[in-house]
Amino acid sequence: MSPINFVYLASVLFAIGAAAVLLRRNAIVAFMGVELMLNAANLTLVAFSRMHGVLEGQIMAFFVMVVAAAEVVVGLAIIIAVFRSRQTISLDEPTELKG
Amino acid sequence: MVSPFLFWFVAVITVIPSLALLFARKAVHVAMAVVLVMVGLAVAYVALEAPFLGVVQIVVYTGAVMMLFLFVLMLVGVDQRESLRETIAGQRWIALVLSIGVAALLISVVDRAGFGEPAVAKTGGPAEVAPYLFGNYVLVVETLGFLLITAAIGALVLTHVPRLFPRRTQREVQAARVAAGANPVNKTFPGVYATHNALDAPALDPEGNPIEESVSRVLKVRHQTTDGIEFKDENRSRRRELGAKEGDA
Repeated sequence: MSPINFVYLASVLFAIGAAAVLLRRNAIVAFMGVELMLNAANLTLVAFSRMHGVLEGQIMAFFVMVVAAAEVVVGLAIIIAVFRSRQTISLDEPTELKG
Repeated sequence: MVSPFLFWFVAVITVIPSLALLFARKAVHVAMAVVLVMVGLAVAYVALEAPFLGVVQIVVYTGAVMMLFLFVLMLVGVDQRESLRETIAGQRWIALVLSIGVAALLISVVDRAGFGEPAVAKTGGPAEVAPYLFGNYVLVVETLGFLLITAAIGALVLTHVPRLFPRRTQREVQAARVAAGANPVNKTFPGVYATHNALDAPALDPEGNPIEESVSRVLKVRHQTTDGIEFKDENRSRRRELGAKEGDA
């Protein structure tokens, strides 16, 4: 079975993550959707790395993981800060930036 | 080559739990499902000759990131209800159509692209990955170190709440209470009787009358108190006189 199947799998996972970001109101669940999209991108990187027989794709996936970890820390801190001031984590509530 | 059984195993334990992102009501269930997805992706990495990345995936994602999500869920309260009211009309269907469109687009693009036969596999174990990380890409690794420090400090700054007023000591609280005219003495405890010693029975004063304020305010609001009259001792004063006489004698 060719590694290209994993790219199809990653496409499906990416679409599910995107749907979660668009559909869910809970900020934490939407954030997990973002994580799923990042992981789907990682899976394509590793699959292409396997297909071409090089390691650069895996290195790139590793860097994406580190950046994602930093992003999660800051994102969750923002969610906690919003929760402190508004007592809610619904994405519909903070509307002060509305034009 | 990847064994078809392994591929379908990974596909099942990633796609089905990830659907929980769309359909699960409780955020904790979603988090546990995403943990399973991350483990499945780690299996996929190992199957794709990237054992180092598979282990990093387990450690970083299931071990650190998803546990951080669970911590934050506990901080903000696990039973935060999600409002199902649509603020944009038809948003649910637009989102579904868009995401299905993205999936169709990605799959068709991958389908149309021609890929030759897979090259000879190069296993990405720690020893093979290290020369890249600390050789060609050492500058990127250094930059990522700065990024991680910045993220940690950013999280500290964002979640830090400065104290607006100095902390009041117990002594100051008590002084303010007395200055406001409160009785500095404790309230009477509820009554303790031979037949009844629960908190719902008021204490009796020397005259034998119940002291209303000795019963908890909460119990009074719930009407769970007894009136205490049944414990009133009618013959108490006479008995006291008799006792006094016996003492004298």
